[in-house]
Amino acid sequence: MSGSGLILAGVDGDRAWGLQDYVARGGYSALRKVISEKIPPETIIAELKASSLRGRGGAGFPTGLKWSFMPRSFPGAKYLACNSDEGEPGTFKDRDILRYNPHTVIEGMTIAAYAMGCERGYNYIHGEIFEVYERFEAALAEARAAGLLGQNILGSDFSFELFAHHGYGAYICGEETALLESIEGKKGQPRFKPPFPASYGLYGKPTTINNTETFASVPFIINMGGEAFLNLGKANNGGTKLFSVSGHVNRPGNYEVAMGTPFAELLEMAGGMRGGRKLKAVIPGGSSAPVVPGNVMMDCTMDYDSISKAGSMLGSGAVIVMDETTCMVKALERLSYFYFEESCGQCTPCREGTGWLYRVVHRIENGLGRKDDLDLLNSVTGNIMGRTICALGDAASMPVQSFVKHFGSEFEYHIENKKCLVPPEVQYEGSQIYVRP
Amino acid sequence: MLSQESLQQIDREIAKYPPEQKQSAAMSALRIAQVEKGWLPKEVIEFVASYLGMPAIAAYEVASFYNMYDLEPVGRHKITVCTNLPCALSGGVHAADYLKEKLGIDFNETTPDGKFTLKEGECMGACGDAPVLLVNNHHMCSWMTKEKIDQILAELEDK
Repeated sequence: MSGSGLILAGVDGDRAWGLQDYVARGGYSALRKVISEKIPPETIIAELKASSLRGRGGAGFPTGLKWSFMPRSFPGAKYLACNSDEGEPGTFKDRDILRYNPHTVIEGMTIAAYAMGCERGYNYIHGEIFEVYERFEAALAEARAAGLLGQNILGSDFSFELFAHHGYGAYICGEETALLESIEGKKGQPRFKPPFPASYGLYGKPTTINNTETFASVPFIINMGGEAFLNLGKANNGGTKLFSVSGHVNRPGNYEVAMGTPFAELLEMAGGMRGGRKLKAVIPGGSSAPVVPGNVMMDCTMDYDSISKAGSMLGSGAVIVMDETTCMVKALERLSYFYFEESCGQCTPCREGTGWLYRVVHRIENGLGRKDDLDLLNSVTGNIMGRTICALGDAASMPVQSFVKHFGSEFEYHIENKKCLVPPEVQYEGSQIYVRP
Repeated sequence: MLSQESLQQIDREIAKYPPEQKQSAAMSALRIAQVEKGWLPKEVIEFVASYLGMPAIAAYEVASFYNMYDLEPVGRHKITVCTNLPCALSGGVHAADYLKEKLGIDFNETTPDGKFTLKEGECMGACGDAPVLLVNNHHMCSWMTKEKIDQILAELEDK
Protein backbone atom coordinates (compact mmCIF):
# COMPACT_ATOMS: atom_id res chain seq x y z
CA MET A 1 0.00 0.00 0.00
CA SER A 2 1.28 3.39 -0.95
CA GLY A 3 0.89 6.36 1.36
CA SER A 4 0.74 8.98 -1.39
CA GLY A 5 -2.10 10.59 -3.36
CA LEU A 6 -5.16 12.01 -1.60
CA ILE A 7 -7.16 9.20 -0.04
CA LEU A 8 -4.11 7.23 1.05
CA ALA A 9 -2.00 10.27 1.96
CA GLY A 10 -0.70 9.98 5.50
CA VAL A 11 -2.45 6.71 6.28
CA ASP A 12 -0.36 4.30 8.29
CA GLY A 13 -1.74 0.80 7.87
CA ASP A 14 -3.63 -0.40 10.94
CA ARG A 15 -2.29 2.38 13.16
CA ALA A 16 -3.79 5.71 12.07
CA TRP A 17 -7.35 4.86 11.02
CA GLY A 18 -9.13 6.46 13.99
CA LEU A 19 -10.93 9.77 14.29
CA GLN A 20 -8.09 11.61 16.04
CA ASP A 21 -5.58 10.71 13.34
CA TYR A 22 -8.06 11.53 10.59
CA VAL A 23 -8.72 14.96 12.05
CA ALA A 24 -4.94 15.50 12.38
CA ARG A 25 -4.73 14.81 8.63
CA GLY A 26 -7.31 17.55 8.04
CA GLY A 27 -10.29 15.22 8.22
CA TYR A 28 -13.85 16.50 8.63
CA SER A 29 -12.77 20.02 7.61
CA ALA A 30 -14.85 19.69 4.42
CA LEU A 31 -17.96 18.74 6.38
CA ARG A 32 -17.34 21.58 8.86
CA LYS A 33 -16.98 23.98 5.95
CA VAL A 34 -20.20 22.78 4.29
CA ILE A 35 -22.17 23.14 7.50
CA SER A 36 -20.67 26.34 8.91
CA GLU A 37 -20.79 28.18 5.57
CA LYS A 38 -24.22 26.67 4.80
CA ILE A 39 -23.01 25.86 1.29
CA PRO A 40 -26.07 25.31 -0.92
CA PRO A 41 -26.52 21.73 -2.19
CA GLU A 42 -26.49 22.98 -5.78
CA THR A 43 -23.01 24.44 -5.23
CA ILE A 44 -21.71 21.09 -3.94
CA ILE A 45 -23.13 19.30 -6.96
CA ALA A 46 -21.67 21.94 -9.27
CA GLU A 47 -18.21 21.42 -7.69
CA LEU A 48 -18.53 17.68 -8.26
CA LYS A 49 -19.44 18.25 -11.88
CA ALA A 50 -16.46 20.60 -12.27
CA SER A 51 -14.17 17.98 -10.71
CA SER A 52 -15.07 15.47 -13.41
CA LEU A 53 -15.17 12.78 -10.71
CA ARG A 54 -16.46 9.59 -12.28
CA GLY A 55 -17.79 6.55 -10.45
CA ARG A 56 -14.86 4.54 -9.11
CA GLY A 57 -16.73 1.25 -8.85
CA GLY A 58 -16.40 0.34 -12.50
CA ALA A 59 -19.01 2.10 -14.60
CA GLY A 60 -17.31 5.50 -14.55
CA PHE A 61 -20.58 7.46 -14.52
CA PRO A 62 -20.14 11.18 -13.69
CA THR A 63 -20.86 11.51 -9.97
CA GLY A 64 -22.16 15.08 -10.03
CA LEU A 65 -24.67 14.18 -12.71
CA LYS A 66 -25.83 11.16 -10.71
CA TRP A 67 -26.37 13.31 -7.63
CA SER A 68 -28.39 15.81 -9.65
CA PHE A 69 -30.90 13.06 -10.50
CA MET A 70 -32.04 12.86 -6.89
CA PRO A 71 -35.39 14.57 -6.34
CA ARG A 72 -34.34 16.80 -3.44
CA SER A 73 -37.83 18.13 -2.98
CA PHE A 74 -39.38 14.65 -2.70
CA PRO A 75 -41.17 14.81 0.65
CA GLY A 76 -40.64 11.24 1.93
CA ALA A 77 -37.55 9.31 2.97
CA LYS A 78 -34.50 9.37 0.73
CA TYR A 79 -31.57 7.00 1.08
CA LEU A 80 -27.88 6.88 0.39
CA ALA A 81 -25.95 3.66 -0.18
CA CYS A 82 -22.24 3.00 -0.42
CA ASN A 83 -21.18 0.06 -2.53
CA SER A 84 -18.28 -1.62 -0.73
CA ASP A 85 -19.21 -5.06 -2.04
CA GLU A 86 -15.86 -5.45 -3.66
CA GLY A 87 -15.73 -8.91 -5.24
CA GLU A 88 -14.61 -8.30 -8.79
CA PRO A 89 -11.49 -10.45 -9.19
CA GLY A 90 -8.47 -8.17 -9.06
CA THR A 91 -10.14 -5.39 -7.07
CA PHE A 92 -9.07 -4.74 -3.48
CA LYS A 93 -8.92 -0.96 -3.07
CA ASP A 94 -12.11 -0.34 -1.08
CA ARG A 95 -10.87 -2.76 1.57
CA ASP A 96 -7.78 -0.60 2.14
CA ILE A 97 -9.79 2.64 2.12
CA LEU A 98 -12.23 1.25 4.70
CA ARG A 99 -9.65 -0.25 7.03
CA TYR A 100 -6.99 2.47 6.79
CA ASN A 101 -9.12 5.59 6.27
CA PRO A 102 -12.76 4.80 7.11
CA HIS A 103 -13.62 8.34 8.18
CA THR A 104 -13.04 9.74 4.70
CA VAL A 105 -15.92 7.52 3.50
CA ILE A 106 -18.11 8.60 6.42
CA GLU A 107 -17.35 12.27 5.75
CA GLY A 108 -17.95 11.87 2.01
CA MET A 109 -21.26 10.12 2.58
CA THR A 110 -22.38 12.74 5.08
CA ILE A 111 -21.66 15.53 2.60
CA ALA A 112 -23.51 13.53 -0.07
CA ALA A 113 -26.50 13.13 2.25
CA TYR A 114 -26.47 16.88 2.88
CA ALA A 115 -26.36 17.63 -0.86
CA MET A 116 -29.14 15.22 -1.77
CA GLY A 117 -31.33 15.52 1.30
CA CYS A 118 -30.92 11.92 2.45
CA GLU A 119 -31.80 11.12 6.04
CA ARG A 120 -30.30 7.65 6.22
CA GLY A 121 -27.53 5.68 4.60
CA TYR A 122 -26.01 2.22 4.50
CA ASN A 123 -22.53 1.09 3.65
CA TYR A 124 -22.77 -2.38 2.12
CA ILE A 125 -19.50 -4.16 2.89
CA HIS A 126 -18.29 -7.35 1.21
CA GLY A 127 -18.89 -10.28 3.60
CA GLU A 128 -15.44 -11.79 3.17
CA ILE A 129 -13.79 -8.73 4.73
CA PHE A 130 -15.74 -9.04 7.96
CA GLU A 131 -12.89 -7.58 10.03
CA VAL A 132 -13.13 -4.42 7.91
CA TYR A 133 -16.88 -4.29 8.53
CA GLU A 134 -16.16 -4.36 12.26
CA ARG A 135 -13.61 -1.57 11.90
CA PHE A 136 -16.09 0.54 9.94
CA GLU A 137 -18.65 0.05 12.69
CA ALA A 138 -16.06 1.26 15.21
CA ALA A 139 -15.38 4.34 13.06
CA LEU A 140 -19.13 5.04 12.88
CA ALA A 141 -19.32 4.92 16.68
CA GLU A 142 -16.45 7.42 16.91
CA ALA A 143 -18.15 9.79 14.46
CA ARG A 144 -21.47 9.57 16.31
CA ALA A 145 -19.84 10.24 19.66
CA ALA A 146 -18.14 13.33 18.21
CA GLY A 147 -21.38 14.75 16.85
CA LEU A 148 -20.26 14.26 13.26
CA LEU A 149 -23.05 11.82 12.50
CA GLY A 150 -26.59 11.34 13.73
CA GLN A 151 -29.03 14.01 14.90
CA ASN A 152 -28.14 17.71 14.48
CA ILE A 153 -24.68 17.22 13.06
CA LEU A 154 -22.18 19.77 14.44
CA GLY A 155 -25.07 21.56 16.11
CA SER A 156 -26.87 22.29 12.84
CA ASP A 157 -30.38 21.23 11.84
CA PHE A 158 -28.93 18.66 9.46
CA SER A 159 -29.29 15.03 10.57
CA PHE A 160 -28.01 11.89 8.91
CA GLU A 161 -27.92 8.32 10.24
CA LEU A 162 -25.36 5.95 8.73
CA PHE A 163 -25.06 2.20 9.30
CA ALA A 164 -22.97 -0.72 8.05
CA HIS A 165 -24.58 -3.71 6.35
CA HIS A 166 -22.54 -6.76 5.39
CA GLY A 167 -22.82 -9.12 2.46
CA TYR A 168 -22.16 -12.84 2.91
CA GLY A 169 -20.68 -14.18 -0.28
CA ALA A 170 -22.43 -13.09 -3.48
CA TYR A 171 -20.55 -11.22 -6.20
CA ILE A 172 -23.82 -10.09 -7.78
CA CYS A 173 -24.59 -7.79 -4.83
CA GLY A 174 -22.02 -5.39 -6.26
CA GLU A 175 -24.70 -4.64 -8.87
CA GLU A 176 -26.50 -1.65 -7.41
CA THR A 177 -30.07 -2.93 -7.50
CA ALA A 178 -29.03 -6.38 -6.24
CA LEU A 179 -27.31 -4.53 -3.41
CA LEU A 180 -30.58 -2.77 -2.56
CA GLU A 181 -32.46 -6.09 -2.60
CA SER A 182 -29.81 -7.47 -0.27
CA ILE A 183 -30.17 -4.56 2.17
CA GLU A 184 -33.88 -5.31 2.17
CA GLY A 185 -33.02 -8.80 3.45
CA LYS A 186 -33.63 -10.68 0.23
CA LYS A 187 -31.54 -12.74 -2.14
CA GLY A 188 -29.49 -10.41 -4.29
CA GLN A 189 -31.15 -10.55 -7.68
CA PRO A 190 -30.90 -7.37 -9.77
CA ARG A 191 -34.01 -5.35 -10.54
CA PHE A 192 -35.07 -4.35 -14.00
CA LYS A 193 -34.23 -0.71 -14.80
CA PRO A 194 -36.07 1.63 -15.25
CA PRO A 195 -37.20 2.66 -12.74
CA PHE A 196 -33.73 3.75 -11.67
CA PRO A 197 -32.80 3.91 -7.97
CA ALA A 198 -33.00 7.73 -7.98
CA SER A 199 -36.76 7.34 -8.29
CA TYR A 200 -37.36 3.83 -6.91
CA GLY A 201 -34.51 2.58 -4.73
CA LEU A 202 -34.21 1.20 -1.22
CA TYR A 203 -37.66 0.34 0.22
CA GLY A 204 -39.06 1.95 -2.96
CA LYS A 205 -37.68 5.40 -2.07
CA PRO A 206 -35.27 7.64 -4.01
CA THR A 207 -31.75 6.32 -3.46
CA THR A 208 -28.26 7.13 -4.67
CA ILE A 209 -25.58 4.46 -4.71
CA ASN A 210 -21.90 5.30 -5.12
CA ASN A 211 -18.70 3.36 -4.75
CA THR A 212 -16.52 3.64 -1.61
CA GLU A 213 -13.67 5.40 -3.40
CA THR A 214 -16.11 7.83 -5.00
CA PHE A 215 -17.40 8.91 -1.58
CA ALA A 216 -13.85 9.00 -0.22
CA SER A 217 -12.91 11.54 -2.93
CA VAL A 218 -15.69 13.97 -2.01
CA PRO A 219 -14.08 15.70 1.01
CA PHE A 220 -10.97 16.45 -1.06
CA ILE A 221 -13.06 17.99 -3.84
CA ILE A 222 -14.89 20.21 -1.36
CA ASN A 223 -11.62 21.32 0.21
CA MET A 224 -9.56 21.95 -2.91
CA GLY A 225 -12.38 22.82 -5.29
CA GLY A 226 -13.61 20.90 -8.30
CA GLU A 227 -11.21 22.45 -10.77
CA ALA A 228 -8.10 21.74 -8.71
CA PHE A 229 -9.20 18.10 -8.36
CA LEU A 230 -9.75 17.85 -12.11
CA ASN A 231 -6.32 19.31 -12.77
CA LEU A 232 -4.68 16.54 -10.75
CA GLY A 233 -5.71 14.22 -13.55
CA LYS A 234 -6.56 15.11 -17.10
CA ALA A 235 -9.62 16.41 -18.97
CA ASN A 236 -12.70 14.20 -18.50
CA ASN A 237 -10.63 12.05 -16.09
CA GLY A 238 -10.34 14.11 -12.94
CA GLY A 239 -8.35 13.46 -9.83
CA THR A 240 -6.31 10.60 -8.49
CA LYS A 241 -7.37 6.97 -8.52
CA LEU A 242 -6.43 3.87 -6.60
CA PHE A 243 -5.13 1.07 -8.75
CA SER A 244 -5.07 -2.44 -7.31
CA VAL A 245 -2.15 -4.19 -8.92
CA SER A 246 -2.13 -7.98 -8.63
CA GLY A 247 -0.55 -10.95 -10.36
CA HIS A 248 3.00 -11.30 -11.60
CA VAL A 249 4.56 -8.16 -10.12
CA ASN A 250 7.11 -7.81 -7.33
CA ARG A 251 4.98 -5.60 -5.08
CA PRO A 252 1.27 -6.31 -5.50
CA GLY A 253 -0.86 -3.70 -3.74
CA ASN A 254 -2.78 -0.45 -4.05
CA TYR A 255 -1.20 2.57 -5.66
CA GLU A 256 -2.99 5.92 -5.75
CA VAL A 257 -1.79 7.94 -8.73
CA ALA A 258 -3.04 10.77 -10.90
CA MET A 259 -5.41 9.78 -13.65
CA GLY A 260 -3.45 9.63 -16.88
CA THR A 261 -0.30 8.14 -15.31
CA PRO A 262 1.46 5.87 -17.82
CA PHE A 263 0.89 2.17 -17.22
CA ALA A 264 4.66 1.64 -17.42
CA GLU A 265 5.09 3.94 -14.43
CA LEU A 266 2.43 2.12 -12.41
CA LEU A 267 4.11 -1.19 -13.21
CA GLU A 268 7.40 0.24 -11.99
CA MET A 269 5.74 1.41 -8.73
CA ALA A 270 4.49 -2.13 -8.23
CA GLY A 271 8.07 -3.34 -8.38
CA GLY A 272 8.14 -4.36 -12.02
CA MET A 273 7.70 -7.84 -13.43
CA ARG A 274 8.33 -10.70 -11.04
CA GLY A 275 11.61 -12.48 -11.71
CA GLY A 276 12.28 -10.08 -14.58
CA ARG A 277 9.96 -12.13 -16.79
CA LYS A 278 8.25 -10.78 -19.87
CA LEU A 279 4.83 -9.12 -19.70
CA LYS A 280 2.26 -11.11 -21.66
CA ALA A 281 -1.12 -9.56 -20.94
CA VAL A 282 -2.97 -7.22 -18.60
CA ILE A 283 -6.58 -7.08 -17.54
CA PRO A 284 -6.70 -3.35 -16.74
CA GLY A 285 -10.04 -2.91 -14.96
CA GLY A 286 -11.09 -6.01 -13.05
CA SER A 287 -11.86 -9.47 -14.42
CA SER A 288 -14.83 -8.25 -16.48
CA ALA A 289 -12.70 -5.90 -18.54
CA PRO A 290 -11.37 -7.18 -21.87
CA VAL A 291 -7.78 -8.43 -21.70
CA VAL A 292 -5.11 -6.28 -23.38
CA PRO A 293 -1.87 -7.69 -24.85
CA GLY A 294 1.22 -6.57 -22.93
CA ASN A 295 2.80 -4.53 -25.73
CA VAL A 296 -0.42 -2.53 -26.27
CA MET A 297 -0.76 -1.95 -22.54
CA MET A 298 2.77 -0.54 -22.27
CA ASP A 299 1.65 2.37 -24.47
CA CYS A 300 -1.51 3.14 -22.41
CA THR A 301 -2.05 5.70 -19.71
CA MET A 302 -4.25 4.84 -16.73
CA ASP A 303 -7.48 6.74 -17.42
CA TYR A 304 -10.92 5.99 -18.81
CA ASP A 305 -10.22 7.31 -22.31
CA SER A 306 -6.83 5.70 -22.98
CA ILE A 307 -7.88 2.24 -21.77
CA SER A 308 -11.08 2.52 -23.75
CA LYS A 309 -9.06 3.30 -26.88
CA ALA A 310 -7.07 0.11 -26.26
CA GLY A 311 -10.35 -1.80 -26.46
CA SER A 312 -10.86 -2.34 -22.75
CA MET A 313 -12.23 -0.55 -19.67
CA LEU A 314 -10.64 1.17 -16.71
CA GLY A 315 -13.43 -0.39 -14.66
CA SER A 316 -12.61 -0.49 -10.97
CA GLY A 317 -8.90 0.12 -11.58
CA ALA A 318 -7.95 -3.48 -10.87
CA VAL A 319 -4.85 -4.27 -12.86
CA ILE A 320 -4.19 -8.00 -13.23
CA VAL A 321 -0.69 -8.53 -14.61
CA MET A 322 0.19 -11.79 -16.36
CA ASP A 323 3.65 -12.80 -17.53
CA GLU A 324 4.84 -15.24 -20.17
CA THR A 325 4.37 -18.27 -17.88
CA THR A 326 0.58 -17.83 -18.03
CA CYS A 327 -1.57 -20.15 -20.13
CA MET A 328 -4.31 -17.89 -21.43
CA VAL A 329 -6.78 -20.76 -21.82
CA LYS A 330 -6.33 -21.77 -18.20
CA ALA A 331 -6.63 -18.13 -17.09
CA LEU A 332 -9.91 -17.74 -18.97
CA GLU A 333 -11.16 -21.09 -17.69
CA ARG A 334 -10.84 -19.84 -14.10
CA LEU A 335 -12.60 -16.56 -14.86
CA SER A 336 -15.40 -18.32 -16.73
CA TYR A 337 -15.93 -20.64 -13.79
CA PHE A 338 -16.28 -17.59 -11.56
CA TYR A 339 -19.10 -16.06 -13.64
CA PHE A 340 -20.83 -19.43 -13.93
CA GLU A 341 -20.66 -19.79 -10.14
CA GLU A 342 -21.82 -16.22 -9.46
CA SER A 343 -24.65 -15.86 -11.98
CA CYS A 344 -27.77 -15.25 -9.88
CA GLY A 345 -29.84 -17.47 -12.16
CA GLN A 346 -32.56 -14.96 -12.86
CA CYS A 347 -32.05 -14.53 -16.62
CA THR A 348 -31.85 -17.62 -18.80
CA PRO A 349 -29.14 -16.33 -21.22
CA CYS A 350 -26.77 -15.68 -18.30
CA ARG A 351 -27.68 -18.67 -16.13
CA GLU A 352 -27.32 -21.15 -19.02
CA GLY A 353 -24.81 -19.21 -21.09
CA THR A 354 -22.18 -18.83 -18.35
CA GLY A 355 -22.34 -22.62 -17.89
CA TRP A 356 -21.80 -23.13 -21.61
CA LEU A 357 -18.84 -20.74 -21.62
CA TYR A 358 -17.19 -22.48 -18.69
CA ARG A 359 -17.75 -26.01 -20.04
CA VAL A 360 -16.42 -25.18 -23.51
CA VAL A 361 -13.30 -23.38 -22.23
CA HIS A 362 -12.81 -26.21 -19.71
CA ARG A 363 -12.86 -28.84 -22.42
CA ILE A 364 -10.42 -26.86 -24.58
CA GLU A 365 -8.04 -26.53 -21.61
CA ASN A 366 -8.35 -30.26 -20.95
CA GLY A 367 -7.54 -31.41 -24.47
CA LEU A 368 -11.10 -32.14 -25.52
CA GLY A 369 -11.67 -29.00 -27.58
CA ARG A 370 -13.42 -29.27 -30.95
CA LYS A 371 -12.60 -27.51 -34.20
CA ASP A 372 -15.57 -25.14 -34.11
CA ASP A 373 -15.37 -24.36 -30.37
CA LEU A 374 -14.09 -20.82 -30.87
CA ASP A 375 -17.07 -20.04 -33.12
CA LEU A 376 -19.30 -21.63 -30.50
CA LEU A 377 -17.84 -19.39 -27.77
CA ASN A 378 -18.44 -16.30 -29.87
CA SER A 379 -21.97 -17.42 -30.62
CA VAL A 380 -22.77 -18.04 -26.93
CA THR A 381 -21.40 -14.64 -25.86
CA GLY A 382 -23.45 -13.02 -28.67
CA ASN A 383 -26.54 -14.65 -27.23
CA ILE A 384 -25.83 -13.45 -23.69
CA MET A 385 -24.79 -9.86 -24.27
CA GLY A 386 -27.56 -7.30 -24.14
CA ARG A 387 -30.16 -9.94 -23.27
CA THR A 388 -30.01 -9.87 -19.49
CA ILE A 389 -31.33 -7.64 -16.73
CA CYS A 390 -27.92 -6.69 -15.39
CA ALA A 391 -24.34 -6.45 -16.63
CA LEU A 392 -23.10 -9.80 -15.25
CA GLY A 393 -23.87 -11.44 -18.58
CA ASP A 394 -21.74 -8.89 -20.41
CA ALA A 395 -19.08 -9.18 -17.72
CA ALA A 396 -18.86 -12.93 -18.32
CA SER A 397 -18.76 -12.49 -22.10
CA MET A 398 -16.16 -9.76 -22.51
CA PRO A 399 -13.25 -11.80 -21.12
CA VAL A 400 -14.14 -14.70 -23.42
CA GLN A 401 -14.37 -12.51 -26.51
CA SER A 402 -11.15 -10.65 -25.79
CA PHE A 403 -9.08 -13.70 -24.82
CA VAL A 404 -10.15 -15.44 -28.04
CA LYS A 405 -9.54 -12.28 -30.08
CA HIS A 406 -6.05 -11.54 -28.79
CA PHE A 407 -4.80 -15.03 -27.95
CA GLY A 408 -6.80 -17.10 -30.46
CA SER A 409 -3.70 -18.93 -31.66
CA GLU A 410 -3.15 -20.26 -28.14
CA PHE A 411 -6.69 -21.62 -28.07
CA GLU A 412 -6.23 -23.16 -31.53
CA TYR A 413 -2.98 -24.77 -30.38
CA HIS A 414 -4.84 -26.37 -27.48
CA ILE A 415 -7.56 -27.70 -29.74
CA GLU A 416 -5.12 -29.12 -32.32
CA ASN A 417 -2.43 -30.45 -29.99
CA LYS A 418 -4.57 -31.26 -26.94
CA LYS A 419 -2.09 -29.50 -24.66
CA CYS A 420 -0.95 -26.05 -23.55
CA LEU A 421 1.37 -23.92 -25.65
CA VAL A 422 3.06 -22.89 -22.41
CA PRO A 423 4.74 -26.07 -21.04
CA PRO A 424 3.14 -27.28 -17.76
CA GLU A 425 6.41 -27.04 -15.83
CA VAL A 426 6.76 -23.37 -16.88
CA GLN A 427 3.19 -22.66 -15.74
CA TYR A 428 3.85 -24.50 -12.49
CA GLU A 429 6.91 -22.41 -11.76
CA GLY A 430 5.14 -19.16 -12.66
CA SER A 431 2.18 -19.78 -10.34
CA GLN A 432 4.22 -20.67 -7.24
CA ILE A 433 3.30 -19.25 -3.84
CA TYR A 434 4.73 -15.75 -3.89
CA VAL A 435 6.95 -15.08 -0.91
CA ARG A 436 7.28 -11.34 -0.33
CA PRO A 437 10.88 -10.19 -0.18
CA MET B 1 -33.31 -21.68 20.12
CA LEU B 2 -30.63 -18.96 20.28
CA SER B 3 -28.74 -17.65 23.29
CA GLN B 4 -29.64 -14.39 25.00
CA GLU B 5 -26.38 -12.92 23.75
CA SER B 6 -27.17 -13.80 20.14
CA LEU B 7 -30.65 -12.32 20.45
CA GLN B 8 -29.21 -9.10 21.83
CA GLN B 9 -26.84 -8.92 18.88
CA ILE B 10 -29.73 -9.48 16.47
CA ASP B 11 -31.73 -6.73 18.20
CA ARG B 12 -28.84 -4.33 17.65
CA GLU B 13 -28.94 -5.18 13.94
CA ILE B 14 -32.71 -4.69 13.73
CA ALA B 15 -32.28 -1.21 15.18
CA LYS B 16 -30.25 -0.17 12.11
CA TYR B 17 -33.31 -0.29 9.87
CA PRO B 18 -36.67 1.50 9.78
CA PRO B 19 -39.09 -0.18 12.25
CA GLU B 20 -41.23 -1.70 9.49
CA GLN B 21 -38.15 -3.19 7.74
CA LYS B 22 -37.01 -5.82 10.24
CA GLN B 23 -36.33 -8.25 7.40
CA SER B 24 -33.31 -6.13 6.49
CA ALA B 25 -31.57 -7.70 9.48
CA ALA B 26 -31.93 -11.19 7.96
CA MET B 27 -28.34 -11.44 6.73
CA SER B 28 -26.86 -10.38 10.06
CA ALA B 29 -29.29 -12.51 12.05
CA LEU B 30 -28.42 -15.61 10.04
CA ARG B 31 -24.73 -14.85 10.46
CA ILE B 32 -25.12 -14.46 14.22
CA ALA B 33 -27.13 -17.70 14.40
CA GLN B 34 -24.49 -19.52 12.38
CA VAL B 35 -21.69 -18.32 14.64
CA GLU B 36 -23.56 -19.74 17.64
CA LYS B 37 -24.67 -23.02 16.07
CA GLY B 38 -21.73 -23.72 13.76
CA TRP B 39 -24.08 -24.08 10.79
CA LEU B 40 -27.70 -23.35 9.87
CA PRO B 41 -30.13 -26.23 10.39
CA LYS B 42 -33.61 -25.69 8.97
CA GLU B 43 -35.19 -25.05 12.36
CA VAL B 44 -32.67 -22.29 13.13
CA ILE B 45 -33.50 -20.56 9.83
CA GLU B 46 -37.20 -20.87 10.66
CA PHE B 47 -36.59 -19.41 14.11
CA VAL B 48 -34.71 -16.42 12.63
CA ALA B 49 -37.56 -15.91 10.15
CA SER B 50 -40.21 -15.85 12.87
CA TYR B 51 -38.05 -13.58 15.05
CA LEU B 52 -37.90 -11.08 12.18
CA GLY B 53 -41.53 -11.57 11.19
CA MET B 54 -40.76 -12.81 7.71
CA PRO B 55 -41.86 -16.00 5.90
CA ALA B 56 -39.57 -18.98 6.59
CA ILE B 57 -39.11 -19.51 2.85
CA ALA B 58 -37.76 -15.95 2.47
CA ALA B 59 -35.14 -16.57 5.15
CA TYR B 60 -34.26 -19.88 3.52
CA GLU B 61 -33.84 -18.08 0.18
CA VAL B 62 -31.32 -15.75 1.81
CA ALA B 63 -29.46 -18.58 3.56
CA SER B 64 -29.18 -20.57 0.33
CA PHE B 65 -28.31 -17.64 -1.93
CA TYR B 66 -25.20 -16.33 -0.13
CA ASN B 67 -22.40 -18.84 -0.08
CA MET B 68 -20.88 -18.08 3.34
CA TYR B 69 -23.91 -19.61 5.05
CA ASP B 70 -23.45 -23.31 5.74
CA LEU B 71 -26.60 -25.33 5.26
CA GLU B 72 -24.78 -28.52 6.21
CA PRO B 73 -22.55 -29.20 9.21
CA VAL B 74 -18.92 -28.18 8.80
CA GLY B 75 -15.83 -28.96 10.88
CA ARG B 76 -14.93 -26.89 13.91
CA HIS B 77 -12.78 -24.72 11.64
CA LYS B 78 -13.80 -23.89 8.09
CA ILE B 79 -10.91 -22.83 5.87
CA THR B 80 -11.78 -21.18 2.57
CA VAL B 81 -9.01 -20.58 0.07
CA CYS B 82 -9.30 -18.29 -2.92
CA THR B 83 -8.19 -19.86 -6.22
CA ASN B 84 -9.51 -17.17 -8.55
CA LEU B 85 -7.19 -15.88 -11.28
CA PRO B 86 -5.35 -13.03 -9.49
CA CYS B 87 -4.70 -15.28 -6.47
CA ALA B 88 -3.77 -18.23 -8.71
CA LEU B 89 -1.04 -16.12 -10.33
CA SER B 90 0.57 -15.75 -6.90
CA GLY B 91 0.15 -19.29 -5.60
CA GLY B 92 -3.52 -19.61 -4.58
CA VAL B 93 -3.83 -23.03 -6.18
CA HIS B 94 -0.52 -24.23 -4.72
CA ALA B 95 -1.65 -23.08 -1.27
CA ALA B 96 -4.91 -24.99 -1.72
CA ASP B 97 -2.97 -28.10 -2.81
CA TYR B 98 -0.74 -27.81 0.24
CA LEU B 99 -3.78 -27.56 2.53
CA LYS B 100 -5.35 -30.61 0.87
CA GLU B 101 -2.15 -32.57 1.39
CA LYS B 102 -1.69 -31.47 5.02
CA LEU B 103 -5.31 -32.13 5.98
CA GLY B 104 -5.71 -35.22 3.80
CA ILE B 105 -9.00 -33.95 2.40
CA ASP B 106 -10.32 -32.41 -0.81
CA PHE B 107 -12.51 -29.31 -1.20
CA ASN B 108 -15.92 -29.63 0.50
CA GLU B 109 -14.63 -32.38 2.79
CA THR B 110 -14.12 -32.52 6.55
CA THR B 111 -11.27 -34.26 8.37
CA PRO B 112 -12.38 -37.48 10.13
CA ASP B 113 -11.78 -35.87 13.55
CA GLY B 114 -14.27 -33.13 12.64
CA LYS B 115 -11.73 -30.36 13.10
CA PHE B 116 -11.31 -28.94 9.62
CA THR B 117 -13.45 -28.34 6.55
CA LEU B 118 -11.81 -27.10 3.36
CA LYS B 119 -13.66 -24.90 0.85
CA GLU B 120 -12.72 -23.29 -2.43
CA GLY B 121 -13.67 -19.62 -2.36
CA GLU B 122 -14.36 -16.97 -4.95
CA CYS B 123 -12.83 -13.51 -4.92
CA MET B 124 -12.49 -12.16 -1.38
CA GLY B 125 -11.35 -8.73 -2.52
CA ALA B 126 -7.81 -9.14 -1.20
CA CYS B 127 -5.94 -10.18 -4.37
CA GLY B 128 -2.85 -8.16 -3.46
CA ASP B 129 -2.38 -10.39 -0.40
CA ALA B 130 -2.41 -13.69 -2.31
CA PRO B 131 -2.44 -16.46 -1.30
CA VAL B 132 -5.38 -15.65 0.96
CA LEU B 133 -7.33 -17.86 3.38
CA LEU B 134 -10.49 -17.15 5.27
CA VAL B 135 -10.78 -18.91 8.63
CA ASN B 136 -14.31 -19.48 9.93
CA ASN B 137 -15.70 -16.85 7.54
CA HIS B 138 -14.50 -13.85 9.52
CA HIS B 139 -10.73 -13.98 9.88
CA MET B 140 -8.64 -13.26 6.80
CA CYS B 141 -5.08 -14.54 6.57
CA SER B 142 -2.80 -12.86 4.03
CA TRP B 143 0.39 -13.90 2.19
CA MET B 144 0.07 -17.55 3.07
CA THR B 145 3.37 -19.32 2.63
CA LYS B 146 3.60 -23.00 3.52
CA GLU B 147 5.23 -22.06 6.84
CA LYS B 148 2.38 -19.70 7.72
CA ILE B 149 -0.20 -22.32 6.78
CA ASP B 150 1.57 -24.78 9.12
CA GLN B 151 1.47 -22.20 11.88
CA ILE B 152 -2.22 -21.40 11.43
CA LEU B 153 -3.22 -25.06 11.34
CA ALA B 154 -1.24 -25.67 14.54
CA GLU B 155 -2.98 -22.76 16.28
CA LEU B 156 -6.44 -23.91 15.17
CA GLU B 157 -5.69 -27.50 16.17
CA ASP B 158 -5.87 -26.49 19.86
CA LYS B 159 -8.92 -24.29 19.58
